[in-house]
Amino acid sequence: MAIWLTKDSKVIVQGMTGSEGSKHTRRMLAAGTNVVGGVNPRKAGTTVDFDGTELPVFASVADAMKDTGADVTVIFVPPQFTKGAVIEAVDAGIPLAVVITEGVPVHDTAAFWAYNVAKGEQTRIIGPNCPGIASPGASNAGIIPADITGAGRIGLVSKSGTLTYQMMYELRDIGFSTCVGIGGDPIIGTTHIDALAAFEADPDTDAIVMIGEIGGDAEERAAEFIKTNVTKPVVGYIAGFTAPPGKTMGHAGAIISGSAGTADAKQAALEAVGVRVGKTPTETARLMREIMSAG
Amino acid sequence: MDLYEYQGRDLFERHGLPVLAGGVATTPEEARAIAERLGGRVVVKAQVKVGGRGKAGGVKLAEGAEETVARATDILGMDIKGHTVHKVMITVTADVADEYYFSYLLDRANRTFLCIASVAGGMDIEQVAAETPERVVKAPIDAVEGVDEAKAREIVTAAGFPAEVADQVVEIAVGLWKAFVAEDATLVEVNPLAKTKDGKLLLLDAKISLDENAGFRHPDHEALVDQATVDPLEQAAKEKDLNYVKLDGEVGIIGNGAGLVMSTLDVVAYAGERHGNVKPANFLDIGGGASAAVMANGLEIVLSDPAVKSVFVNVFGGITACDAVANGIVQALALLEQRGEQVTKPLVVRLDGNNAEAGRAILDGANNPLIERVDTMDGAAERAAELAAAGV
Repeated sequence: MAIWLTKDSKVIVQGMTGSEGSKHTRRMLAAGTNVVGGVNPRKAGTTVDFDGTELPVFASVADAMKDTGADVTVIFVPPQFTKGAVIEAVDAGIPLAVVITEGVPVHDTAAFWAYNVAKGEQTRIIGPNCPGIASPGASNAGIIPADITGAGRIGLVSKSGTLTYQMMYELRDIGFSTCVGIGGDPIIGTTHIDALAAFEADPDTDAIVMIGEIGGDAEERAAEFIKTNVTKPVVGYIAGFTAPPGKTMGHAGAIISGSAGTADAKQAALEAVGVRVGKTPTETARLMREIMSAG
Repeated sequence: MDLYEYQGRDLFERHGLPVLAGGVATTPEEARAIAERLGGRVVVKAQVKVGGRGKAGGVKLAEGAEETVARATDILGMDIKGHTVHKVMITVTADVADEYYFSYLLDRANRTFLCIASVAGGMDIEQVAAETPERVVKAPIDAVEGVDEAKAREIVTAAGFPAEVADQVVEIAVGLWKAFVAEDATLVEVNPLAKTKDGKLLLLDAKISLDENAGFRHPDHEALVDQATVDPLEQAAKEKDLNYVKLDGEVGIIGNGAGLVMSTLDVVAYAGERHGNVKPANFLDIGGGASAAVMANGLEIVLSDPAVKSVFVNVFGGITACDAVANGIVQALALLEQRGEQVTKPLVVRLDGNNAEAGRAILDGANNPLIERVDTMDGAAERAAELAAAGV
């Protein structure tokens, strides 16, 4: 088992015929993901060949779901069209929508999130601006490289893509149940807390690595949640201890404004609830290693 | 992107919100023209993106054109907390009877927008919220439904605006929300929202942040960037589509992925504590699928920073192939040499992940004494800091 994405997940790709979409569809298939089709209204009815796998193109998410039983969509459409693509997925009631697209205006994200809430949150949205979700050895929805690590019993939730990969690499001998990249935008669909709750409930996850970064107070709220709701050991890492206030560090959400959003405050909040926080990714991996070897 | 006050005033005016008549000047002569147009008593305000300009002498009253020129001359070029004043805003004055507070902003925690309103304006709203929380109303705004007249009235009632201004505040609240959405703002803060002695409401100050991700639907926003304060290296990087932020240290940083680069800054700063207190010189994210050409562009920008004494290239190949990165490094150095630029700064390179072995072999094969390969992130940071300290 794993969280949200398993070997039984049937995945479609919105934007499959675009350059990023087709590149990553090929990679997802190579990783063993059960990709069952794509969505592009202008190419509906055609098929696309991915090294011998013929995938059908549908006019809409709803059509694709009806025909294939898809329960996951991965969205690669450009930022201008992302809001429309997510709303289409929500309207179809697909259980999981993974939004890879970077550079989505925050008003658009706020709008599709509000829309999803109004519809009763039938769709779990991950992202935008995220690397996706991978359950090693089972399925891979997004752009997380599949060959870094195998299956194991650590759960990982992270705001950052490459830091996710770095952590997967550091702990590849132990392996992961599921790795979730939630993205670094100011508004995101799935939060640290959502992932912590799911890992806590997952019988195949023994311990959790949580990677945060400067900006906002998501890590502080996660700490509050851990205090009363998480019994499994959690190890944390925060990027941006030395970032100067007022400068956006790559991610739209990674900015210290005034006294809010500093890495020190996040570390203090996490440590106060018993989360061990590493100073570097390598030290964080070492802390996790200690926990896993203590059994 | 944070706007200057005058840009905020202009934006409000464009959206039909009540502001003081005024203009912006970069020279005393321009100030004269504005004063003559406005006539009478004006206020001359330094345009800097930092608080406390009044105390620093950056806000002055003036009577007539001659005095306006004199005040503008005083204020232009002034240094306020490290910010040089390049522009002054000149507006007519208002007889203020009362000051309120009104803002819309992004509420990250609740994944929506928030309206903050208070009848206690003119001062720091965080202080008001801390001392008299009952005087501050925070109302979540549904991103789809927005602020219509009913919602605005709800906020105005909850905040306890006096009856004689309630209708005006409602109108402003609706208009301000329209502007907030139309401009893809993440913050519009009006403090004070002033009531004049004749009972009219005016938006007297503007703090506005715009979402750069929405630039594709706002080609006009590009013109709001103040070129005078843009770092030349940041400008050069932007033209090459690189995500670069200039910092104050000596170790140039290149990495892939925002989180990994942020983490690299930290690891280098920690290592610097053991090596002459050297610090990272920049943030540079060459992105997820970086090619050799992108690597070459990045290296060129970082090496052109005179403060840089050593460079740390930290790449974890996820999508990015490490052999492409290695080729980029070798090609960039060759290219710079061809142009007759002598590269003397040492490069510490750490490659892991996708095609790391091939990448490492390319670097070793290049046989360039400037390139040093270290296999761990912490170890490479240590070495880069050490080399920078030796080069200072």
